[in-house]
Amino acid sequence: MSVLAYGYAVWAPLIWIVVLVVIGVMVLIWRNRGQKSYKKGTAQTDIFLSGVRVPPEGQRHVKSENIYWGFFEALKRLYSGMMKPHTGIVNDYILWLVAVLAIAILILAVSG
Amino acid sequence: MFLVALGYRAGGNAPIYTDVPQGPMVLPVPQALNLTSIVINVAVLALMLTMVIQIHRHTGSLDSEKSRKLKG
Amino acid sequence: MAAMIAHAPILIIAIPLVAAFLTPLVGMASKRARNALVVVSLLFVAFLVFALARDVVTNGIRVYTLGAASPEQTIPTGFIMPVRIILEIDGMSIFMGLIITTVALASLIYSLHFLKGQTGQARFYSLMMLLYAGMMGLAFTGDMFNLFVFLEIASIAGAGLAAYRANMADAVEGGFKYIVVSTIAGLMVLFAVGILYAQYNVLSIAALAHYMQHTLLDIIALGLLGSVFVIKLAAVPLHMWAPDTYTVAPAGVTPMIYTSSAASMYALYRVSFTLYGSTIDTTTLGRVVIALGVLSMFVGVMMAVHQTDIKRLMAYHAISQSGYMLLGVGVGLAVLADPVALANYGRNAINGGIFHMINNALYKGMLFLTAEAIFFRIGTRDLNRMGGLGHKMKCTAGFFIIGALAISGIPPFNGFASKLLIYETVFKFNPVLSVIAMFVSLVTLASFTKVFYSTFTGPEIPAYKEVREVPKSMIIGMGILAACIIFFSIFPGVVMDTIVAPATEALIDQASYISAVMGGVP
Repeated sequence: MSVLAYGYAVWAPLIWIVVLVVIGVMVLIWRNRGQKSYKKGTAQTDIFLSGVRVPPEGQRHVKSENIYWGFFEALKRLYSGMMKPHTGIVNDYILWLVAVLAIAILILAVSG
Repeated sequence: MFLVALGYRAGGNAPIYTDVPQGPMVLPVPQALNLTSIVINVAVLALMLTMVIQIHRHTGSLDSEKSRKLKG
Repeated sequence: MAAMIAHAPILIIAIPLVAAFLTPLVGMASKRARNALVVVSLLFVAFLVFALARDVVTNGIRVYTLGAASPEQTIPTGFIMPVRIILEIDGMSIFMGLIITTVALASLIYSLHFLKGQTGQARFYSLMMLLYAGMMGLAFTGDMFNLFVFLEIASIAGAGLAAYRANMADAVEGGFKYIVVSTIAGLMVLFAVGILYAQYNVLSIAALAHYMQHTLLDIIALGLLGSVFVIKLAAVPLHMWAPDTYTVAPAGVTPMIYTSSAASMYALYRVSFTLYGSTIDTTTLGRVVIALGVLSMFVGVMMAVHQTDIKRLMAYHAISQSGYMLLGVGVGLAVLADPVALANYGRNAINGGIFHMINNALYKGMLFLTAEAIFFRIGTRDLNRMGGLGHKMKCTAGFFIIGALAISGIPPFNGFASKLLIYETVFKFNPVLSVIAMFVSLVTLASFTKVFYSTFTGPEIPAYKEVREVPKSMIIGMGILAACIIFFSIFPGVVMDTIVAPATEALIDQASYISAVMGGVP
């Protein structure tokens, strides 16, 4: 078995896969022992969203710019700060290179 | 120019081995470096001009500040 | 056979060049012959690379002098310095060679069908071969000026390929940005090489490392070379060209341009570890590299989660994963002078960073190929307009799941193995870095969940009712990378001992690199 040793412990992927398979088999056995006496197509198998009306089949897909809306709202200031240097202009990229070059040479010369 | 000036030796001769007059020679390596650099820059210039022509055909302007369709 | 292996280093660079020049000629005769020529030459070169890898791993550093009577005669009789062009292949070089070859094989087979109906195909294959030769030359060279030449070859070929779809405006713009950035970077490399040559009158890396002293001009050259390789490998804050270029390049080209950024990272390591290794105090340089790594990880993934264009999102992830590699190797660089810390966690940190390089090339390449497969069938890259493709494109969805789980560092995939090494070793250097790395991993998983939800799950959209699975050659291309990922996941110990540990050893051990060329000259 091929393992990866990192000091005090060992990462053995085969053991992980065996454990995953065992857990998967246990989950399947438990699932098969569930209730089988329900009627498909009635209100028993419909989606329930705490009483809110569920949109019909074709309109349920959330657009990808609306996913994680809460995350982006909370970090609005961070994102507006990060978007500002990301212009599309090539001249700005070269200005960044010159700036980083100067800072790097300063740091290395002072403390290298 | 920077590279060629690096190879200069005071009072040196041309760095060719056959039929050599006595004395120090100018270093030949910077001349080779310079030639290689010129060739590479010609190729790059040709490629860049092609791309600038294409950009002008698409966006109608040659200002690099205006060709920023990809941003953010 | 033995003669072929003995001359393998130069054959590996020469055969793709010859194939690149022959491709348009053969293409005038027949299309199938041209495709066959390109695939056969790349397969032959791949065979040579694997044979050379076995040779280097068992026998140590291989040196190849061009133009000498025998390939090992680095210093001509009567001289004290090597004056010919030398290719020096140690563990790290052949590691990069393996990465480049695998990704190139997968991309080439993928492109065979992808270009159906496009004009200028002969030029595409020709440029691909040139890009491959340039990258392999960059990995194998032992000479600073050759580094510059091969860097320029790879950049020009890459820019030409990136702007291949010249009928779309943003493609040409992406290629233009790449060529401007690469050219200015190349000029600065030439300036730095000129400074080093003026001081020491040698150009070969081993000889320069032998004669290196600690003057101000050397520090300026290090700063120049370091900044140039940082902008070529697209680390934050010099990363802004990368999303533009990776997005618009056609399929099969994006993994190659991404691997060319990885080759620039290799050049950065070659310069820091081997050229300057023991003559400067590497603590400062290591801290700078760690800072760049952390910044890249964080900014890369935060921008990635925000995108709505699938390839641009993956390009930002490529930037973020480069941050992991910089972090791992930066920790190793920072403790290079301290033998206790090096043995304790420094060596494992470099192991983790280098293992992550090959892992990332595999799964990032595969993710780019899946994104292009979707674009091939639908014609748009906008995530807002996709949905429900998992019903029809089952193979692509399967490959995407493997790639997404691997990049997020979910066990048992290979991404988890290398990230675990990085977490564990970086924790001993500074715990905060480890926490940031885990947070970035989490946001990576979040963003790939977003992509999977938007593209593959959900009900079928009526506009995409006729979408079928992608053709066979594209599946074979993606399948090669997926098979490599699964192999690396199940047998990480084998991979680590065979290719990664010799690479780390070669980086840390500057003395044997020098003595392989200089042969014991004091």
